[in-house]
Amino acid sequence: MSENSSNNGLIGWIDARFPLTKMYEEHLSKYYAPKNFNFWYFFGSLALLVLVIQIVTGIFLTMHYKPDGELAFASVEYIARDVDWGWLMRYLHSTGASAFFVVVYLHMFRGLMYGSYQKPRELIWLFGMFIFLALMAEAFMGYLLPWGQMSYWGAQVIISLFGAIPVVGDELTLWIRGDFVISDATLNRFFALHVIAVPLVLLMLVVMHIIALHEVGSNNPDGIEIKKNKDANGIPLDGIPFHPYYSVKDIVGVVGFLILFSAVVFFTPEMGGYFLEYANFIPANPFKTPEHIAPVWYFTPFYAILRAVPDKLMGVIAMFAAIAVLFVLPWIDRGKVRSIRYRASSFKWLLVMLVVSFIGLGYLGAVPATETRTFFARLFSVGYFAFFVGIWWISKNENTKPVPERVQ
Amino acid sequence: MSSEGVDNSRRRFLTAATVVVGAVGTVAVAVPFVKTWNPSARARSAGAPVEADISKMQLGQQVVFKWRGKPVWVVRRDQKALATLSMPKVLDNLRDASSDQSIQPDYAKNPQRSIKDEYFVVEGICTHLGCSPSYRPDMITADFEGGFYCPCHGSKFDFAGRVYSGVPAPTNLTVPPHYFINDGLILIGEDGVA
Repeated sequence: MSENSSNNGLIGWIDARFPLTKMYEEHLSKYYAPKNFNFWYFFGSLALLVLVIQIVTGIFLTMHYKPDGELAFASVEYIARDVDWGWLMRYLHSTGASAFFVVVYLHMFRGLMYGSYQKPRELIWLFGMFIFLALMAEAFMGYLLPWGQMSYWGAQVIISLFGAIPVVGDELTLWIRGDFVISDATLNRFFALHVIAVPLVLLMLVVMHIIALHEVGSNNPDGIEIKKNKDANGIPLDGIPFHPYYSVKDIVGVVGFLILFSAVVFFTPEMGGYFLEYANFIPANPFKTPEHIAPVWYFTPFYAILRAVPDKLMGVIAMFAAIAVLFVLPWIDRGKVRSIRYRASSFKWLLVMLVVSFIGLGYLGAVPATETRTFFARLFSVGYFAFFVGIWWISKNENTKPVPERVQ
Repeated sequence: MSSEGVDNSRRRFLTAATVVVGAVGTVAVAVPFVKTWNPSARARSAGAPVEADISKMQLGQQVVFKWRGKPVWVVRRDQKALATLSMPKVLDNLRDASSDQSIQPDYAKNPQRSIKDEYFVVEGICTHLGCSPSYRPDMITADFEGGFYCPCHGSKFDFAGRVYSGVPAPTNLTVPPHYFINDGLILIGEDGVA
């Protein structure tokens, strides 16, 4: 800091050596966020909270867990039964995984509703999508670690997806597994990736996501650029400092979230087989596939798309395309108006179609396939992709409502 | 520092050369890291052939052996099961009836996909996504004459592991290399000596 820094004493001493006050002001006390944030703006900070829960409980779980094909299953049971409060660490971590996806899906939906991915926030959206990807990798590899039947066969199915790639597919799956089947080698490397490699990437991406956000400033439910109207001091007229206004508001969100989260952790950690599948309480058996294999709920929409396509390679392509298309959303949407409040009604219907399709796929991916269900899975898959085609189509000459100058 | 007499094209060349050498070095260093993920010597040696004792098998029975950590089935097919292999109802609904797209040794590339008609040796791994199908000799429906059924995604195979059309599995079940040491013993994982 400069010579005339108002802070003396310890803070002044630190500021001369490290930009403490500068960072505090940039990101908290002088970060001006729009004053009209609503309920949907809780989920960013909640995602951060869940990340912290996962890291802390994860560290304590590794203190007792054994990443070994012979010992893994028993060590998880040992944590749950014999380690003091081990059951709590385990259920916080397993519920946290599902909570992460609940929060992140709602966070992404908020972005869709208010056009938060539109110019100039494309990079925030991209970093966010990479976070989503890393999160899926993290969840998938973490799910192998308890070494139950569903861990084993779920991993078998997902790794086999790479076998659909022409020419190199078989070699690639062999390389990923490190053995001819899912084995101790696979478990060990997934453990390493789950506890250190992916979390490091995840943390780095979260930092980039936030830095990009604070560079351009937050969007808001009106989709108005608050930086267009500033007072004499250059402070946005419709902005309020993040701290204390939104830090305090977020505490309300945190309390509400923790009430629901605790209810699951303490009363129904398995969540009827959706958060912890029943087949996973049986040790992994390479010779017996469970009667019904389904991924955990947060993967079921994409899994349903995979199953809806009768061809193996095309199914894999469709599933990955369902995720990839989200990355290019900022360039698919050619609209100038951000918020659903001022967009054409066709946008609202498209969004409704996306939500119905996504939830429908989520249900269908969790239950065994029948002919009727396959039909609906195909219908919803078309609905999912039609959203993106529709957005591209309508945004060319969209019949939007007038956007107000100032936040309402 | 004076910027007079700076040869920019020389600088660009040196920068590019440094970047290229650095990139080559990075790739070279990455190779050992990537290769640590290959199956280890121990995993490869566990892929050795296994002997399967079939001397006590009953007609219609299925026995599971373990080779390379994978389930390998030996099924002793009765006349009824063998008869289904040439039924039009089955043949017309197979995706790869002559096993052209599928993996099997040449000596098993026949309608029975076996060396001896009675004994069918096959890897119990679905060619779709690697689940282990179940042996369902009695599952006879309008379009299925019994065989193997994969519970994961509904793929169906006949008694020779040939895949039905209209299911997600792309090819027939894989037949591993094997040969008869004698009438009651099969070696799985190795072709017979010619």
